Amino acid sequence: MTLGIDLSRIHPGFPDPVRDSQTVFRAIMDAVARPGLAVALNKAPEPPTPLARATGAIALTLLDFETPVWLDAGVLAGEAPAWLRFHCGCPLTSETQEAAFAFITRPEDGPPLSAFNAGDAKYPDRSTTVVIQVPHLEGGRSVRLKGPGIKGERTIAPQGLPGDFWEQVADNNSAFQFGVDVILASGDLLMGLPRSLHIQTEGA
Amino acid sequence: MQQTAWVEKRFVSDTGLEIAASEGRREWMAVLAKAEASEVSAAWERLEKPAYTLLRSPEPGLVLVRGRMGGLGDPFNLGEMTVTRSAVRLATGETGLSYVAGRNRKHAEIAAVLDAMLQSEAHHDQVRAEVIAPLEIAQAARRQLAARKAAATRVDFFTLVRDREPSK
Amino acid sequence: MAYVSVKGGEKAIENAHQWLAEERRGDPAVEEVAVAQIREQLSLAVDRVMAEGSCYDRDLAALAVKQAGGDLPEAIFLVRAYRTTLPRFGGSEPVDTERMNVRRRISAAFKDIPGGQVLGPTFDYTHRLLDFRLAADGAAPPEPAPLANEPQAWPMPTIGSVFAHEDLLEHDVRSGDDAPFDLTREPMSFPAGRDQRLQALARGDEGFLLSLAYSSQRGWGSTHPLCGEIRLGEVAVEFIPEELGFPIEIGEVTLTECQMLSGFAGSAQKAPQFTRGYGLAFGHSERKAMSMAIVDRALRRSEVGEDADAPVQDEEFVLYHSDNVEASGFVQHLKLPHYVDFQADLQLVRRLRREHFERLNPSKEAAE
Repeated sequence: MTLGIDLSRIHPGFPDPVRDSQTVFRAIMDAVARPGLAVALNKAPEPPTPLARATGAIALTLLDFETPVWLDAGVLAGEAPAWLRFHCGCPLTSETQEAAFAFITRPEDGPPLSAFNAGDAKYPDRSTTVVIQVPHLEGGRSVRLKGPGIKGERTIAPQGLPGDFWEQVADNNSAFQFGVDVILASGDLLMGLPRSLHIQTEGA
Repeated sequence: MQQTAWVEKRFVSDTGLEIAASEGRREWMAVLAKAEASEVSAAWERLEKPAYTLLRSPEPGLVLVRGRMGGLGDPFNLGEMTVTRSAVRLATGETGLSYVAGRNRKHAEIAAVLDAMLQSEAHHDQVRAEVIAPLEIAQAARRQLAARKAAATRVDFFTLVRDREPSK
Repeated sequence: MAYVSVKGGEKAIENAHQWLAEERRGDPAVEEVAVAQIREQLSLAVDRVMAEGSCYDRDLAALAVKQAGGDLPEAIFLVRAYRTTLPRFGGSEPVDTERMNVRRRISAAFKDIPGGQVLGPTFDYTHRLLDFRLAADGAAPPEPAPLANEPQAWPMPTIGSVFAHEDLLEHDVRSGDDAPFDLTREPMSFPAGRDQRLQALARGDEGFLLSLAYSSQRGWGSTHPLCGEIRLGEVAVEFIPEELGFPIEIGEVTLTECQMLSGFAGSAQKAPQFTRGYGLAFGHSERKAMSMAIVDRALRRSEVGEDADAPVQDEEFVLYHSDNVEASGFVQHLKLPHYVDFQADLQLVRRLRREHFERLNPSKEAAE
C-alpha cells in the first residue's frame, strides 16, 4: 500500500496538462529525432529544486503510474520525489534495472549507463530512458555525433559529465538495438542522445 | 484487501489539524464524487468562496476498473471509466483533492476546493452542514427510491396445492 | 500482402464525408436527436457501447452512437479510439458486487434464494408485440414504477455466499491482489490466465459470445449450465490515489453480473461439486453477461479435466476472434486497394489456365 504525499509544499504542474504536455512531447520527439540539437521548451513550469525546468517538463510529460522511476541522491534529497509522485503518479524504484526512467542531477556521482535496463530482444523499447541534468549544453569537451537524424555530423560540448561519459555512451550504443536512450537537460533546453548515435570524441 | 489499513490511519491535514480519522474524509470525498455535477455547482454558488490556487488543473483521464473472478476471487481488468481529477491549495494553506467519475472539469475543481475547505477549521462545519449533508441525503433518497422500486418487483411465490392423482 | 499508394481520392473522400453527414442527419424536417435523448432513451445501446468500447462514460457512448448513426460496432470503435487520448491514472480496487445496490436479481437455479427473486426492469415477461403507442408523438411519460413500502434489503447475498458453508459450489481462488494481466498493455499470450480471458470476454463482441454460448449449450462443448444468479445494479468504484495512500470512492458504475453453475462429477482428489462460470459487464447487459459466463466456464475445461473438442473450449480461437474492433478492422481492410495482389493473382491464374489447356491438348501446342 502506498503512503500518502504531503501536499503542503507541492509546486503546481502544467497549467493546461493536455496541451502543455503535448507541446513538450513534441519538443522531446524533435530532440530525439535530431540528436545533439538543443531544443528549447517554453511551456515548462517551475519544478522544485534541484530540477531544471526542462527536467521537470520531461517528467510531467513522460511519466505515469506505469513507469517506475529511479532518482539519484540529488533528486531524492529535496521535494522533487513528492512532486513527481503527485503529478505523475509514478512509482519510485531504487533498482536501476527496473527503471523505465532515471533522473540524474549529479552526473559525476551517478551510476554508469550500463547499470540501467538495456531492454530485451522481445521489447528493446522497454529499456531505461536516462535523463541527465547538466549545468550547460556548451563549453565542455567536444564530441562529434553521427547517425540517423544528423546530416553529416554534429559537434556538441555539454558540460558537467563524468570523464568517461562518452566512452559509456559509445559502449551503450555499440549494443544497438539494445541500450538506454539519454536525454540531456539544462535550464529550458533539452538534447536527445538516442542509442542509434555514433560517437567520436575529439582527438580520437 | 487491507480494509483496516485506512481505518486505523489518521489523516493529518496540511495545516496540522488532525482530522479524527481518514474515514471522515473518505466519506465526504465519496459524497462529492457521487453527486451530480449540477448539485455540486448549485451548492458551490451558495457558498462564500475562498481564495485558492490550482496545484493540478482539472484533468480528465481513465481509471481501469477491476472485478474479481467469480465475484470474490483474484482481480481481473473489466474496463476503464472516465475520471477527472484536480488538486487545489487554499490561500490559508489547506490542500484539497478530487477524483470524480466523468469528464466534468468544474465538478472536479469544486470538489477539490470543498475537500480543502472541509479540512480547515474555519470552513469545516459550514461545508459539512450546507453541502455534504444535503448531498448525502439526496443520494440516500435516490438509493432508497431504487430499492423500493426493486422491492415492488420481488416475486411472492405461493404454492398451488395439488391433489395427488388417483393411481390406476 | 502488398498495397500501392494511390493519390487522387481526396476530393471524392471529402464529398463522401459530407454525404455521410447528410445521411446521418436524415430528413432535416425531422427533429434532430440529442445526445441526452440517446443516453436516456436508447440506454441499452449506450450500455453495449460502454461494455465493448471498454470505457464507462454514458455521455461519450451516447455521442458515439449518434455519430455512428446507430452502427454499434462503429460506435464502439469510436470509443476505443477516444480512450487512447486520455491518460490512465491507475487501476481501481476490485469492485465488490456483493455490495451492489441491486435493481434486479434473479436465480433460475434456486427459487428461494435469500433476498428473493427481484425482477427489476426487464424485457423477460413482455409479449414482444410492437407497442404502437410509442409511435405516437407527445405521449405523456409513463407512470413511475410502483414503490414497495419497504426497500429491498441491502446487501443482497450472492449465490456463492448462500451455499458457502456447504462446499457445494466451488470457492473463488484468492491468491493475492497482484495487478492482473492487461491486454491493453500486453499482447495476448497463451496459455491464457483466467484474468486475461475475462478481460477479453468483458470487451468481446456480444454476438460472437452469444453464438459461442449457444453452441456450447447445443452440445458443441458439453455444458448445459444453470443460471445461478444474475444481478444488475450500481456499484461504487474505489481508487487509491498515490497522494492519499487510502482508497476513496470515485463514482458508481452500473454492472450486470452472472453466475452460471455446472455440475462436476469430482475426481480422485476432489469431491463432486458445482463449478461456476462468471460474467461481468458494464451497464445493463444481461445477454452479454450470461454468454460471457458460459464461455468463461467452457474455457476452464483444463481445470476440470474436460476434453477440448469444441470451438468454445479453444481459448486461442475464442480470444483471438472475440474483439469486434479487431475483427471488423481485418474484415473491412479488404476494402483497401489490393490492386497489386490482384494483378499477381491474375498473372498466376492466366498461366495456370494456359498450362491446363496445354496439358489437355498437347497436339495443339505442337501445331502452334
